[in-house]
Amino acid sequence: MSEYPSNCLYTKDHEWVAVEGDVATIGITDYAQGELDAITFIELPAMGDLLEVGGACGTIEAVKVAEDIFSPVAGEVVDVNGALEDEPEIVNNSPFDDGWFFKVKLSNTDDLTDLMDKDAYLAMVGE
Amino acid sequence: MSRILFELSTPGRPGFALPAGGPQGTARLGDSKLRQDAMGLPELSELDVLRHFVELSTLNHSIAAGFYPLGSCTMKYNPVLNENLAGLPGFAGCHPGQTPETVQGCLELMWELEQKLKAVTGFPAVSLQPVAGAQGEFVAMAIARRYFEDRGERRELVIIPDSAHGTNPASVAMAGLKSVTINSGDNGLVKLESLAEALNDNVAAVMLTNPNTLGLFETEIRAIAKLVHDAGALLYMDGANMNALTGRVHPASLGFDMMHLNLHKTFSTPHGGGGPGAGPVGVTAELAEFLPGLRVVRGDDGFRANPASKAIGSVHGANGNFAMLLRALAYIIRLGGDGLKDVSGGAVLNANYLQARLRDTLEIPHDGLCMHEFVASGRSLKPHGVRTMDVAKRLLDFGMHAPTIYFPLIVPEALMIEPTETESLATLDEFVAVMKQIVAEAAEDPEILLKAPLTTPVGRLDEVGAVKNLLVVEPPTGEGEGS
Repeated sequence: MSEYPSNCLYTKDHEWVAVEGDVATIGITDYAQGELDAITFIELPAMGDLLEVGGACGTIEAVKVAEDIFSPVAGEVVDVNGALEDEPEIVNNSPFDDGWFFKVKLSNTDDLTDLMDKDAYLAMVGE
Repeated sequence: MSRILFELSTPGRPGFALPAGGPQGTARLGDSKLRQDAMGLPELSELDVLRHFVELSTLNHSIAAGFYPLGSCTMKYNPVLNENLAGLPGFAGCHPGQTPETVQGCLELMWELEQKLKAVTGFPAVSLQPVAGAQGEFVAMAIARRYFEDRGERRELVIIPDSAHGTNPASVAMAGLKSVTINSGDNGLVKLESLAEALNDNVAAVMLTNPNTLGLFETEIRAIAKLVHDAGALLYMDGANMNALTGRVHPASLGFDMMHLNLHKTFSTPHGGGGPGAGPVGVTAELAEFLPGLRVVRGDDGFRANPASKAIGSVHGANGNFAMLLRALAYIIRLGGDGLKDVSGGAVLNANYLQARLRDTLEIPHDGLCMHEFVASGRSLKPHGVRTMDVAKRLLDFGMHAPTIYFPLIVPEALMIEPTETESLATLDEFVAVMKQIVAEAAEDPEILLKAPLTTPVGRLDEVGAVKNLLVVEPPTGEGEGS
């Protein structure tokens, strides 16, 4: 099981958000990748896309289910993890590091106040 | 593993021989219309073909081979009488392009079925054309859209609970509308407050499955209908779970404006590879003029089939899968009203029996009296490294099809179990014994589950590989093999 970083914020949709300056990196948690099981495709937003809080901005497809990716923050996409296109299983193996999804230049840091810290998230998923 | 017919083909080994020089005594097409190249069909003897398909049939699982508790699919027994009737030459030899006066019997049959389905649903108008449950959903959403356009209203949204079948939002999108998801309450039912909050004058319809996919009856259905109608929207019932209600409740009387029925679930026509399906749609009088396809009417000079005045169009080349309509009518006539009531009674009793007997074996997150199906969770097996997928695979070793798994999405590690009314107590008891054994194995020897199935023609398949690496085999072209 991957270690949950304590410098990340977490959402009820099982995403993590790591903020450096005004850029947030977003991915899904170890719990989420475990629930999805083998991930087969990931569709990410494109560079320059403008995201809204809670807006669907991509898809994760696993053997048994396909789920929308919801952006936990608003802003412009400034980087995407292109490696996931050919090797989505990276997310299963390294959800918090190599398996990051995309980076957003935050238009409003207030979006972060609703998110959970590590302990609150782990309490929510019962681990 | 069996090879496909194209691989079994031996050049020059036909199933039968045509007379030299072609058929005699019939008009010949002009040379310009005769194909010059080979057709590229496999060449096999009749015995080769027969053995091939008999072998394939032994590799398959069907309701005729064993228990098939696939939740939400209602894999009930398909009575042999249905097949006998569908094979009658007067029906089997008909063509959908025939003129009405030459198919009066078929039209009468369709008219008769419409009357029966009106009686089952309480709706005054039914279209028999949709050929799948999801197509019925699409038709209903297209009707909702057309209905509001016809009134000069613009409504774009359709509200769907998070327990719904995945086809619901897909049908909404295909009809050019947008779906909005509302979360279920802790009891697994629609939360009235969430629904009220989501309703507004841009909502065209609410789609509801009743009983829902947890096998629970939406007890607040009349209050739900009032909220929906007060907002000026239409209430649609996904009829996939009608097997719990036949002969008990008219969906129209619960406040629904439209619904579809799955003849291939509730009314015993073949299902799951044996299809094709049939998903008739029933609507209120106000919506009848929008129904798709041909409506059969009885006049003084016999039966005629005409489109409705503001029909949304046609959703099938013919007027539905006629042979399925025939089977469903046979089933309904044979059972009668009391028989249909026994169907739902038996379906609900069998599901509750299984739920009660498995309660101490598997977690049942929304426990209580269920309808025709219930949803268990395999979550408690996770500490052993075993998941619901492994339980499903292991069931195959006992000659039983797995339940629906990982659906509905609101239950983790879901196993959605629907025995149907056609299974005996002995079969249900056998299933319980097998489930108890599998859960015991999960603790004692989880390796068995992780490797299962061990006794089927093929073992655990590479499902990730199957999704990621599509391998399409093209039939060989018949180049150079005559014409």
